Amino acid sequence: MKSFKTLMLSALALTFTASTSLAATEVRIMWYSDGNEGEVLEDMVKRFEAQNPDIKVVVDNVAFGVIKDQLPVQLEAGRGPDIVRVVELKSQAKHWLDLRSHLKDAAIFEKNFSNTLDWMREDGSNALPGFMTQLTITGPLVNTTLFEQAGVPVPGEKASWDEWAAAARKVAQNQKVPIALAFDRSGHRFMGPAISMGAKVIGADGKPAVVDDGFKAMAQGIADWHKDGTMPREIWGGVAGTTYKGANDEFVNGQVAVYFSGSWQVAQFSQKIGDKFDWSAGTEPCGPAACTGMPGGAGLVAVKYTQHPKEVARVIEYLASEPVVREFSERTLFLPAHLGVAAKGVDFKSKDPNVKKSLDIFLKATQSASPIALKMQSYKWSGAIYASVISRLGQVVAREAQLADAYARIEDDIKQKVAEASR
Amino acid sequence: MSVASETQSQALSGVVAAPLHFLMGALNAPMVFIQKRFGIGGMGAVFLAPNMLIFSIFVLVPVAINFAYSFSGGMAIFFGERHFVGFEQYQTLLTCADYTQPATCREDAFWQSIHNTVFFVVVQVTVLVLVALVTALVLNREMRSRGFWRAVFFFPVLLSPVVVGLIWKWILQRDGLLNAILVEYGLERTLWLAERNWAMFWAIFVSVWAHLGFYALILLAGLQAIPRDLYEAAMMDGTRAFRTFWRITLPLLWPNLLVVITLVLIRAVQIFDEAYVLTGGGPGTSTLFITQYIYETGFAHVLRNLGLASAASMLMGLVLVGLTLLQLMASSRRNREGRA
Repeated sequence: MKSFKTLMLSALALTFTASTSLAATEVRIMWYSDGNEGEVLEDMVKRFEAQNPDIKVVVDNVAFGVIKDQLPVQLEAGRGPDIVRVVELKSQAKHWLDLRSHLKDAAIFEKNFSNTLDWMREDGSNALPGFMTQLTITGPLVNTTLFEQAGVPVPGEKASWDEWAAAARKVAQNQKVPIALAFDRSGHRFMGPAISMGAKVIGADGKPAVVDDGFKAMAQGIADWHKDGTMPREIWGGVAGTTYKGANDEFVNGQVAVYFSGSWQVAQFSQKIGDKFDWSAGTEPCGPAACTGMPGGAGLVAVKYTQHPKEVARVIEYLASEPVVREFSERTLFLPAHLGVAAKGVDFKSKDPNVKKSLDIFLKATQSASPIALKMQSYKWSGAIYASVISRLGQVVAREAQLADAYARIEDDIKQKVAEASR
Repeated sequence: MSVASETQSQALSGVVAAPLHFLMGALNAPMVFIQKRFGIGGMGAVFLAPNMLIFSIFVLVPVAINFAYSFSGGMAIFFGERHFVGFEQYQTLLTCADYTQPATCREDAFWQSIHNTVFFVVVQVTVLVLVALVTALVLNREMRSRGFWRAVFFFPVLLSPVVVGLIWKWILQRDGLLNAILVEYGLERTLWLAERNWAMFWAIFVSVWAHLGFYALILLAGLQAIPRDLYEAAMMDGTRAFRTFWRITLPLLWPNLLVVITLVLIRAVQIFDEAYVLTGGGPGTSTLFITQYIYETGFAHVLRNLGLASAASMLMGLVLVGLTLLQLMASSRRNREGRA
């Protein structure tokens, strides 16, 4: 009889648990990972679920390609996940849900992410669709061991692009490494230095006005550094069109003195380089107009087509809260977009001294990014500009075109793309 | 055969035949119905219908959609939200001051990709067919470890194009295997994939290496189908080896050769995967092929120009249809000559 009672009680308990979990609203997050952020998110989601038993959060870990290629089609069809982590925030802004009416305190949310919310809003809108899970900033990564061995000081604050290139050349020659200065093949990477040289990029009428003296100065620099061997031809000139190419492997193998890339490389460099050599982020190289890198990053946004906007808002509010963002940044080694967290500083959880030093430098760089560089993140034609710039300057580096022809083509390409997109 | 084993054999036939008879009986009724309904002439169409349905869904409908998209503009993905632009996309692609100079064309990358594809097709098809033929001839001879050598040549066919591209990229990059060997022997390091001519050379070489085995196998099957007695007769007549090849092997191998040429040609026009992984279309646009141009225009940019990409793929489709028609004409002419 006793065992029968126990059995009945167990069955009741099971039924209760099952009914509770059945009653929970399911919220799906489509997520991609560059490093360990997926695991960190899972931990946070578990804690959220423990505090909010009425919501079940399912994290769908997908490849970045799914977000890039499949998500746009899903969104156009009025479908998709409830929440998604995405890089193309501005161009898909019409699909994001405005969370303002669903959040407990939209004002605090807006205050903490004030300088990045425009990146995910449609022009002229003050919607609040989500938050940046991390900020990135482009900047130089320096093989400090090579610099030390060559007896060349790492260029400091306010050092110009020419000074950086000269120092990198000296180190490469002295240490007999094949690449003095590597530079990601990306229009986004190029634009920060161009803005430092004085490029305005956006005209007074709000339309792209890319080719000006500042732009030409940086383009000329890129062409010259390829001609004199400072930069390797196989990165910028090695592929066609808008194809991205980096120098990660070369840097990890100690064959690059200075690699102009960005903060997102820190975690993987720490893991891959280990204690083979010392490296660090450098301060942003300067031009006559500024010393800026290009900010960027990924955002977590609510999708307009969700059936559970209130629950979605609760998940996002939790993930955007200060302690969660702090922990996420500390464990993933990402720069926080949360202004409160950034202001108080982040204790990045890494035993590698190169990591902390680099992230501190990058964090500082995000706070001093040029207004034009910040504006580019929320500029609807930035994608068209980056694509055209990189494909045409790539042709110059590959000796297929002269700079003058490239300038004309860049303007023409952008004009065509804007016209096509404006139909 | 003993009586016992004959009885066993009959029993076995009965076991096999019974379900077969049942099946035939079951099929009889629908067959009679179809024959009555559509007539004997319509039976073929009925049998082809399932295949045609699948072909229509996965080939004809996408082609029709692509055709419709090529007359539309804008960035919307769904057709209903796009704008009709008539022949504008075709006009953009075909506007050129001098078709031999891609830089003078409005869509210079499209014309550069056409130039590259034509060059690639001419060289790759010639080299691949010749090398496959020589390989098949060699592998058809009596030799030691013939099975092993056949496997060696066929092995790259089993690799995915992406794997092929990556393997050769690792061999050819600045610190790749080839440069390591050159440096070891005191020679200069060469940027194989950053020099225009070398990049095209390696794109062709890798493509030939990757596909050689498949086409050699088709030719080998053709060679083995040639009756031995023809060669024996030629040998007894004292015919020289080249004349035997020219007068016996080549004419009898021609149908297989025609299939190989057509397949290689179509595959070469569509070149994308391994070349994309190997060279990414570079340096500059020197190995940018038409399929990569279409992919980049339609899918790789943030602002996807699906209209222009569709128009380019329609033009490429026309070329492929032309090539297929040429092959059909050649093979039907050959058949007529054979019957005569």
